[in-house]
Amino acid sequence: MGHYILRRVLSMVPVLLIVSMVAFGLLYVLPGDPAVAMLGENAGNRQTYLALRRDLGLDQPVYVQYLTWLGRVLSGDLGHSIRTNEPVSSVLMQRVPISLYLGTAGLVVGLALGLSVALASALRPGSRIDSMGTLLAMGGVAIPSFWQALLLVYVFAVVLRWLPPSGFTSPFTDPLLSVRMLILPAIVLGTHSAAVIMRQGRSALMEVLEQDYITTARSKGLADGSIVAGHAMKNAMIPIVTVIGLQVGSLVSGAAITETVFAIPGVGRAAVDAIFFRDYPVLQGAVLMLTLAVLIANLLTDVGYAYLDPRIRYR
Amino acid sequence: MNQLGLRVVRPLVEQQARRSEHTPPNARFLRRLLETRLVGTGLTISAVVLLCALAAPLLAPYDPNEQDYLAITEPPSLAHPLGTDDLGRDLLSRIIYGSRISLEVGLIAVGIAVGAGVALGIVAGYAGGITDDGIMRVVDAIQAFPNLILALAITAALGPSVANAMLAIGFVAAPGIARLTRGQTLSVREREFIAAARVCGATPLGIMRRHIWPNVTAPIVVQATLLLGTAIVTEAALSFLGVGVQPPTASWGAMLRTGSQYLEVAPWIGIAPGAAIFLTVLAFNFLGDGLRRALDPRLAGRKRQ
Repeated sequence: MGHYILRRVLSMVPVLLIVSMVAFGLLYVLPGDPAVAMLGENAGNRQTYLALRRDLGLDQPVYVQYLTWLGRVLSGDLGHSIRTNEPVSSVLMQRVPISLYLGTAGLVVGLALGLSVALASALRPGSRIDSMGTLLAMGGVAIPSFWQALLLVYVFAVVLRWLPPSGFTSPFTDPLLSVRMLILPAIVLGTHSAAVIMRQGRSALMEVLEQDYITTARSKGLADGSIVAGHAMKNAMIPIVTVIGLQVGSLVSGAAITETVFAIPGVGRAAVDAIFFRDYPVLQGAVLMLTLAVLIANLLTDVGYAYLDPRIRYR
Repeated sequence: MNQLGLRVVRPLVEQQARRSEHTPPNARFLRRLLETRLVGTGLTISAVVLLCALAAPLLAPYDPNEQDYLAITEPPSLAHPLGTDDLGRDLLSRIIYGSRISLEVGLIAVGIAVGAGVALGIVAGYAGGITDDGIMRVVDAIQAFPNLILALAITAALGPSVANAMLAIGFVAAPGIARLTRGQTLSVREREFIAAARVCGATPLGIMRRHIWPNVTAPIVVQATLLLGTAIVTEAALSFLGVGVQPPTASWGAMLRTGSQYLEVAPWIGIAPGAAIFLTVLAFNFLGDGLRRALDPRLAGRKRQ
């Protein structure tokens, strides 16, 4: 197992290098000269301009600039925010727990909704519940999250006034309000995952439920509940775990929209805001951090997969 | 000897030919495609959207950009079936015109993704070795980025506009197509007719174009159909966040952006464009699923999966 993990981590290195090049390239291709932007009115002075370009390293060839930048990033220095002049790393670190809090809630919604519908459909294939589940899954994949957010806010915050329309409160200052504010964003964020888990979970469960050992368990007189919990779930979980792992990418993308719509100060919101304030170091840092999160999630999925299915390790 | 062989073979060939004349493969494919109601629904909705896009000036009751300050944020009525927005523009007309942007961005973005993805995938799969490794590592890296975040960042870096949104969406989607094409190419490459073509002196480029490409198209068509829905949602998301289509052009995503600002006083501004996006994406997903089922012989017998 240790050997497998090591091999898997090493295979990430070239991918990480290319990811860093793309992230660097994003800033590099930006129109406009950063030195001109920083000098403002003084840009007319050629001497100062050239001096600043030298200080910023802009007179170096691209690969030197890239390597210098990469060295700084590896030591945790993501530069400074153009807007607030704070270090980008500290701007992002304040927001990570908020995004994790929302992301976990979204995943919980996705799992709870997805697995329960998958189970209900798989136990009674062809039934009305199953058809409803299929429609729900198709709708859940296709619904644009920002529209769903708008509809939910309109119904539950504007018309019924049960929940606050937007905002964020830390669970440590006011746990009840924090949860009330989290409900709608978590549903919006979790819907897409729920839909995917429904579809994959249903077919995984159906495949397992058709196998001989389930028939044996049934003929022993076991109830549906204990067949699923004791026999079917464990084997059906292998493909489901993969699907859940792959959901992290869509959760991260979804977070950018969800956090923006509901005014939640997370990392995704930071990326969107950075675009409008032309705060490119923050944008670059956020993109790097979110991508790293997806890569780590994929790694954990593969390791979990190898743990559940020992055959993988020896391939 | 030769004569005898021919006599045995010919009736068999004729028999096969006659049997396939009975139900031409195209008809069988169409019948399988239309087997489910969902494909019919998908076709109907996409036909309506296409009609809106092509005949927008004929169908729209008003000029989509005409502002009427005496009719600001009016609820749906006979004069304005879907109401008006914050500048007094007719929402129905804007929805009809908005279908143009959605289809245009969707089709061109998918075109970019398929063009780049198929080229990279076939080359990687056919060449193998270090070329394959190199291309696939880049593909891995681009896929590691969360889709929307990368599309956002690229559009922002290039400057917010429709053209850049198309480019960004196509760029982000290309790796998926490349991976799919490569997988298909790997299995086709080992077939005998490829070896035969090579023996006959066909160049690698000719083999990829004339022999591999026709044999890998089916799954790519399915994927491209599904991708059309994704591209339309992504464009709407970019426009919703403000980096896609710029005002005053009518786009469903940008209309939703306005709708979210007027949710309390004029909820209809956001509801209709969202429904348009939802239905269009649903339609392309139905079509993609139907195509997949019709093209995959293993799924053909089953009603639903």
